[in-house]
Amino acid sequence: MQEGSVLELRGICKYFPGVRALQDVDFTLREGEIHALMGENGAGKSTLIKVLTGVYSKDGGEVRIRGIDGPAVIRSPQDAQNAGISTVYQEITLCGNLTVAENMYIGRTKGALTNWKKMNRDAGKILESLSIPASPTQQLGTCSIAVQQMVAIARAVDMECKVLILDEPTSSLDEQEVQKLFGLMRDLKKKGVGIIFVTHFLDQVYEVCDRITVLRDGQLVGEYVIEDLPRVQLVSKMLGKELDDMADIKGDSTAKVDMTETPVLEAKGLCSNAGIKPFDFSVRKGEVNGFTGLLGSGRSECVRAIFGADRVTGGAVKVEGKDVKIRKPLDAMKRGIGYLPEDRKGDGIVGDLSVRENIILALQVMKGFFRPFSRAKAEAFADEYIKLLEIKTASSDTPIKSLSGGNQQKVILARWLLTDPKYLILDEPTRGIDIGTKIEIQKLVLKLAAEGKSVTFISSEIDEMLRTCSRLIVMRDRKAVGELTGEDLTQTKIMATIAGGEAK
Amino acid sequence: MSPSVKTPEAKTKKPEDSFFKRLIRQQLFIPIAALLLLVVFNLIADPSFFTISLKENSLGNPVLSGNIISVLDNASELVILAIGMTLVTAASGGQDISVGATMAIAGSVILRMVCGGQITSDTMQMNLFLAVLIGAVVAMLFGAFNGALVAYFKIQPMVATLIMFTAGRSIAAWINNNQLPIINDIAFKYAGTFLPGIPVPTPIFITVLVIFIFWLAMKRTNLGLYTQSVGINANSSRLNGLDPKLIKLMTYVILGACVAVAGFIRVSRSGSINYSRIAENIEMDAILAVALGGNALSGGKFNIYGSILGAYVIQFLTTTLYKYNVPSTALPAYKAVVVIALVVLSSPVVREKMSGLKKRPAKTAKEVS
Amino acid sequence: MPSGIAVDKKNRLKSRAAMSDTNLLLLITVVVFFLLYLSAVLFLGGGYTKPQSFLNILNNNASLIVLACGMSIVMITGGIDISVGGVTCLVCMSCAVNLENQGGNIFTAILIGLGIGLAFGLVQGFLVAYLDIQPFIVSLAGMFFAKGMTTIISKEPVRVTNEGFLAVKEARITVPGLGSSNKLGEYIPAYVEVGVVVALLVVLALFFVLRWTKLGRAFYAVGGNNQSANMLGINVRRTKFLAHVLCSLLAGLGGILYFLHVGSGNVANGAGDEMNAIASSIIGGTLLTGGVGNVLGSFFGVLSLNTIKNIVSSLGFDEAWWSNITVAAMLCLFLIIQSVVLLRKNKK
Repeated sequence: MQEGSVLELRGICKYFPGVRALQDVDFTLREGEIHALMGENGAGKSTLIKVLTGVYSKDGGEVRIRGIDGPAVIRSPQDAQNAGISTVYQEITLCGNLTVAENMYIGRTKGALTNWKKMNRDAGKILESLSIPASPTQQLGTCSIAVQQMVAIARAVDMECKVLILDEPTSSLDEQEVQKLFGLMRDLKKKGVGIIFVTHFLDQVYEVCDRITVLRDGQLVGEYVIEDLPRVQLVSKMLGKELDDMADIKGDSTAKVDMTETPVLEAKGLCSNAGIKPFDFSVRKGEVNGFTGLLGSGRSECVRAIFGADRVTGGAVKVEGKDVKIRKPLDAMKRGIGYLPEDRKGDGIVGDLSVRENIILALQVMKGFFRPFSRAKAEAFADEYIKLLEIKTASSDTPIKSLSGGNQQKVILARWLLTDPKYLILDEPTRGIDIGTKIEIQKLVLKLAAEGKSVTFISSEIDEMLRTCSRLIVMRDRKAVGELTGEDLTQTKIMATIAGGEAK
Repeated sequence: MSPSVKTPEAKTKKPEDSFFKRLIRQQLFIPIAALLLLVVFNLIADPSFFTISLKENSLGNPVLSGNIISVLDNASELVILAIGMTLVTAASGGQDISVGATMAIAGSVILRMVCGGQITSDTMQMNLFLAVLIGAVVAMLFGAFNGALVAYFKIQPMVATLIMFTAGRSIAAWINNNQLPIINDIAFKYAGTFLPGIPVPTPIFITVLVIFIFWLAMKRTNLGLYTQSVGINANSSRLNGLDPKLIKLMTYVILGACVAVAGFIRVSRSGSINYSRIAENIEMDAILAVALGGNALSGGKFNIYGSILGAYVIQFLTTTLYKYNVPSTALPAYKAVVVIALVVLSSPVVREKMSGLKKRPAKTAKEVS
Repeated sequence: MPSGIAVDKKNRLKSRAAMSDTNLLLLITVVVFFLLYLSAVLFLGGGYTKPQSFLNILNNNASLIVLACGMSIVMITGGIDISVGGVTCLVCMSCAVNLENQGGNIFTAILIGLGIGLAFGLVQGFLVAYLDIQPFIVSLAGMFFAKGMTTIISKEPVRVTNEGFLAVKEARITVPGLGSSNKLGEYIPAYVEVGVVVALLVVLALFFVLRWTKLGRAFYAVGGNNQSANMLGINVRRTKFLAHVLCSLLAGLGGILYFLHVGSGNVANGAGDEMNAIASSIIGGTLLTGGVGNVLGSFFGVLSLNTIKNIVSSLGFDEAWWSNITVAAMLCLFLIIQSVVLLRKNKK
């Protein structure tokens, strides 16, 4: 081990069926530093962390931890805890049916019995010192997500660890809570704890971190001291492209939209049971617009309400000027609306079915139960779109789950293109897929618009939206707070609108 | 495409896969292997197992008899149940353990109808088709009850059907006021025994008919696509315009119809019913048939012909065990061992371990490259 | 998890000391039991006012109480075990044969009973926990295996005449202060059988285990969210394994108590007890989805179930089938209540 380092990973490899999630990744964490682990979705950050914490077993390489001679063996989260690694995950990994105090202490106390009194007292002290608004005896499930996340952090902090891993802990915290967390991180840093910090927010990285390691496509791009790596460079390292490369996608189709025409779809006061405030929305022929906002701001919920994916609780919808009721997805499909969902794995693909069946699914459902496509017809549809979208698959019979993320996404796109929709909603179509496919998808969006279809495009990456959309609806706290067009479509303007009045 | 996106299909289609390995991967490998094993065992132990002869039955009609005929005949109820069970398994990821009990209900209803509420009756008091139709409607209603608990109240299928599993036989008894109606009309027994002048048992024809109907349904409707996609990913299915709840409910209703047909065959074999013993433990066999057919009990993709084959294999096993004087009450113990062996072999952990031994060298090779 | 955040933030300070699900469901169960018993006393009167009729519910169901406790533990970890009735049956028959035909004594019988339970637990637990096979399938096979084995041991009922055994079976433990006078004015002391004492000790012991031991809390954690439990450093597989071992061991003990109560081995022993145990646990507030439940609740669940069975039969529905239909109806009702409660909670 090098002088001063608490954790070293050398040549870590991890394979999943069909994917090399990590390939020969090195990582070094020094004593008393906050080290950002950066990379796009699917770059391998979470996989690396899960390997390190024993959730996944690694397929190659070694882990060295200060205080342990030779390569450390970490086979389970328990091993990781014992080795002094504590982790806060992006998703809440606590048990909602237990009390707050139990969640802080379970799995790490000595002896066979539980001393409730001492546990509650200790937990109470920690909660108070971190000013977390929860009582030790409260059932965790009754706390808000943010509080649950704070409890997870409290647990990790209390573990006398050498290494603290924070895997996107801030996505559900508000600004104040984030500041509290940063204060905590700085205290721990002073005590010599090494902190690995994974986040999507660049501001946060430059605020607290000392060093940055960048991953891309499961491989190490490099390790940098924060002062040496300006933002623009960081982004281009993450994307693996100079920013200029991508500028050429931008088309000029945006100018052609005729705003006086009857909208393809117009919604007034739409709201759903997913908890969004009523919003107005319209999209015209050949227009590409988008919803933007932070994670959880309600942008997905808006499009889900339009498509009838959540239960619509109010509002009126007009399609091409005619009043319609969209209660369930099938209603929307029959009106010529297509929807590519945000959660590809959970809501998009039907994993065990073949690529062919996945492609024809939506059209088949519209056609009806008693009128199945013939095998030859289905085959023809599938082959057509496999060729058109350059889907990389052995055959149309291959189960979709064995395709890579980008190709799965193309299959879902093919599914909706096959229905020949008038209006296509794409919610995060570029998430977690490789950069090449991302660009292909953006080009496709512009091409569709040029053909006179309407598209709503949502992406976490603002520059993707700037490249494709001619109008952006900005969401904050589940409310539409602004609409930007033309000149206003700049990164800074969007950021300011997202942040709202109190933005610097 | 970036380097990380390797097309995995290239791996599965490696030419060095031996013939044997590909064979093992076939879904129907297990049932066919089990069937062959049983055939070979019987051929060695006692080849007379396979003799088929033409005998006169009690009515003086010439009928075929022999172990093979009895396997085909006695498997009828099981095959029909296995078909419905496969759909339920595919769509809801669980099994209906109340099929035996609802068969008792359907049988009880049919008997009550044809006996006209009396304890014994020498002629049918109601048109047979109407009686069976009423039985089917009742069984489908119970199926809908199970399906509603599963689909709309999101109760695990096996637990939801536990309710009817407990109450079913009691309800069957209650329908006939706890009496055991007996119908002596020979026409009623045609379906369970032989049609006059035809030497092949009628249940075999009924089974073939049911299989044909399902073959047609799989071809002419989207039953297969819908149930599979709901079973694999209910969320996706909903976003593609399907109604997963309705489809789950539908599979339970279809199973109800299958149960009614099976119950009808069972009661018409003897013209009477014993509420606590009729179709006892058949739910176990039906689930086993689905598993044996290579279908995942957790739902999703299915092969209905695998289940049908599985059902015949089970009946073959049962008949073989009977032949060697295993008492019927002890049969469940033997079958339980077979079930456990099967689920262990098909469990992902064991499969991974078995294939992992072979895969490891391939992985290291890739690392080097 | 983008959905739900903003809403949650608003509710942050609400329900700070909210009652845990376990306690809430336990409370419901206890209230339901007292209401049921009260209505029995009010409307059916007579026998129900005597403490002995309450104690008789215990005497008749000592075995079921133990089974229900074991079932609750498995259900708390998110599993299920439907082999308990079969194990009860097998234990009864094995003990009877041992005492009657093999010259065993009460200690060998107890060893056999617990041994059978342990064997079932080890095998089922291994299959469920380490091979990831659905507990329902495993225990369904276990149930059929146990029932098949019982008939292989003996198809005919075996009545036990061993004196040492009968002495324990007939032993009555007087409960002071609860006796009553009969029509002739004689004082008849209230009593419970030995099995009841064992069952109550089991309830108390398990209550302690679930509340104060690490293992007990691990059961809840695993049932609440097994991935989280894993991340929190709990050995999920071992916890599930132990839950099944404990449940089957208790089924063995339940079998011994059943045997002690009826005094014979019979293929019909314990028939449907897996159902009764599951129904009792569910009525007692154990959630099928795991993570929530309590053995005290299961205890009251057994009492509620049998009180309502008694009520139904006193109302004149005394044919055998009504009992099964009642259990099924109760089960159905509570399942639906649970499901509605859970669905609503998830929607929040």
